[in-house]
Amino acid sequence: MDTIRIMLLVLTVMTIPLRLDALQEDDLGKVTYDRWCSECHGVDGSGNGSAAGFMLPRPRNFTLAQYQIRTTASGDLPTDQNMLDAINNGAPGTAMPAWDDLLSEPEKQALVQYLKTFSRFFPDDEVPQPLDFGGSTRTSEEVVAEGRRQYEAIECWKCHGDQGRGDGESSPTLVDDTGFPAAAADLTENWFFNGGDDVEDIYRAIRTGLDGTPMPNFSDVLDAGVITEEELWAVAHYVRSLSPEEIPGISEVVQARLIEDLDVPRSVADETWNETEGVYIPLVGQIIVQPRWFNPRVDGVWVKAFHNGEDISVMVRWSDPNNSPDQAWSDWKSQVVTTMEPKEGGDTGIGASPDQLVVQFPMQMPEGMERPYFLKGDSRRPVYLWEWKSDRQTALEGEARGVGTESFQAEGQDLSVEGVHQDGQWQVVFTRPLLTEDENDLDFITGEAIPMSFFAWDGDNGESGNQGALSSWYFLMLEEATPTAVYVAPPLAMLLAGALGLLMVRNAQKREKENI
Amino acid sequence: MLVLKKFEKLAAFTLISSLLIVGCGGADSSDNAGSSEATAMENPVDPSTAGNIVGSVAFDGSAPAMDVIDMSGELVCADKHSDTPMVQTVVVNDNGTLSNVFVYVKEGSAIDGMQFPTPSAALLDQDGCVYSPHVMGVMVDQEITIRNSDGLLHNINATPTEQRGFNTSQPVMMETSQDFGTPEVMVPLRCDVHGWMTAYIGVLTHPYHSVSDGSGDFSLSTLPEGDYVIEAWHEQYGTQSQTVTVTAGGTADVTFTFSADMANAAVPMGTPVELHDHSLVTDHQ
Repeated sequence: MDTIRIMLLVLTVMTIPLRLDALQEDDLGKVTYDRWCSECHGVDGSGNGSAAGFMLPRPRNFTLAQYQIRTTASGDLPTDQNMLDAINNGAPGTAMPAWDDLLSEPEKQALVQYLKTFSRFFPDDEVPQPLDFGGSTRTSEEVVAEGRRQYEAIECWKCHGDQGRGDGESSPTLVDDTGFPAAAADLTENWFFNGGDDVEDIYRAIRTGLDGTPMPNFSDVLDAGVITEEELWAVAHYVRSLSPEEIPGISEVVQARLIEDLDVPRSVADETWNETEGVYIPLVGQIIVQPRWFNPRVDGVWVKAFHNGEDISVMVRWSDPNNSPDQAWSDWKSQVVTTMEPKEGGDTGIGASPDQLVVQFPMQMPEGMERPYFLKGDSRRPVYLWEWKSDRQTALEGEARGVGTESFQAEGQDLSVEGVHQDGQWQVVFTRPLLTEDENDLDFITGEAIPMSFFAWDGDNGESGNQGALSSWYFLMLEEATPTAVYVAPPLAMLLAGALGLLMVRNAQKREKENI
Repeated sequence: MLVLKKFEKLAAFTLISSLLIVGCGGADSSDNAGSSEATAMENPVDPSTAGNIVGSVAFDGSAPAMDVIDMSGELVCADKHSDTPMVQTVVVNDNGTLSNVFVYVKEGSAIDGMQFPTPSAALLDQDGCVYSPHVMGVMVDQEITIRNSDGLLHNINATPTEQRGFNTSQPVMMETSQDFGTPEVMVPLRCDVHGWMTAYIGVLTHPYHSVSDGSGDFSLSTLPEGDYVIEAWHEQYGTQSQTVTVTAGGTADVTFTFSADMANAAVPMGTPVELHDHSLVTDHQ
């Protein structure tokens, strides 16, 4: 998304005549809007800018004055501060960037006032009144457990799923107010929450709903006495507990821990997996080669690995609401495809496609930092691939020398795989010997930073071929056995250093005597 | 524990609502000064010089097959239907007439500027995971009682064009009150939890609206004498209108005919209704 965003911004800037010196304060909002916002939201604020067709969710239509992130009641207008916050924070997981540092304070203030002029709903006299949310209650195991009970009782799971991954039974039919498919939020990724990742942000979203989306308000339920404020706060705490305590930082390296004298975990259910933390690797839509894909479902994968000196196993897990192809999602798929694909000349056939994952390595370990091109390598530096598909029990090894040159071998496989879909999540475990006979297979050597990257597709989100999600290069590092040398070399070095030191001192003393 | 708790809430809710009903049964409730004033207002139409419009909505061609609603995920709702529940987009009656057509006075100088009393609350029920009624009319500021008779999560997502909407949740058997302050034909409502659940509400400044019933019939009663443009709106087949003359003590008979080949008609939604902005024209037929 970043690349296209920057490209769009650069294009926008280039097409704007530089008459800023003649700028009057009254025009600041309009000039700022036309320059930075109109490409997506349209010059008329209708949400139909030239880039809008590549986006899901679509850019906000300001003429409707519908704002998702508000402190005001469902259907009410936002406060100026709400609008300012939306500009500052952007909408994570969408094309809307955070403008916090990109625009000046006067520009942002002027923008808020200008946005209002697009809609007849903003009155001159009335100031929208924020709701009183009280303060956050403290969280505890009991509060989270109560939140879970309420999550079940008020049926959040209908859309968000039992484990919160946006896979509830209503999720395939959700649309926004303009009729575009709307994904239920994956509650295990609070860094993508629209409106903020804190428990306060979650509570606000529950109370006010997200106008224009299927998310209703729960203030009316509170007013009706069906639920108490404390119980609703507990829901917010429970939802918050579904995501990691800390937003995962970007870690370049996945450590494959050495488990000596044990078999590596070959199944998803193996409890060995619990012994290590996963590394989060973000994925973005493939937007380099045609047909591109601007609506990737898989926005990140969690990766863990173990080896025992003989074999390596890598577990990749990611949120995906269903096991594609699935009849319940066929309408969703055709809607996404008709919304996104015609512009790219992709495969418009709505055939059944599975979910897929490809793990990519260089075919040979690169010298220095020179890695293969991250999009399936090139003729000089080919890549070695692991391919898993949800409609197949086996994984294939393959190679590629650039996009479209992938070839997978069905026989002589050294790779085994298990994929399990449960509660809106895929867990796929690959296992392979560290060394194989095949010269096109990469040998996994301990102690080296082995480049590794990922491609993922959600078949029922209209993804296949080049239209999917991918990561940049990361590293897989197989933990080295502590060599016997560790117990010999350091004392030896200490002795040697001591001896050298003595020698130097002696020499110095000798020279001093001679000089006298 | 959870069941007990839910039950307690339900009991409390029943108690509160029965109290409310008792409260409303007496004099005008005082929680809304505007509406109590309106209820006290007398109907400005003199019945002795008024007339009526009755009619029916015919349907030409063969009734399109509607999709079956898959309620397997909501057994509580599925159990409420003796027949297979079908999507309600087009409901052709046994006598070949069309149900769920909203018929209303779109233009009429005779009632322009008249202030009508606001009727008591209209009921929109969610029963068996369908809206009942599927199409309804209300007056501006008339209370709409939205009831959840299913006891499972529904959300009511109203998306008008002329005014602000709302999206509210009802996770248990309960009632919520809403109203619309601006005339608009029609306001769409949907339940996002059950994608097949849709309803349409026509909001008017006057009480002259009706919805064709299971026999295709509709009626508009006690209209001042004069000429009216009557519009018939259907969610699939669009709109038709006729000019109708109402005479004192008379009953005008009107028939609208929709046909299967109108399936791709434009369906106006969120249209403002302003009696005074229109003048009677004869080319409406």
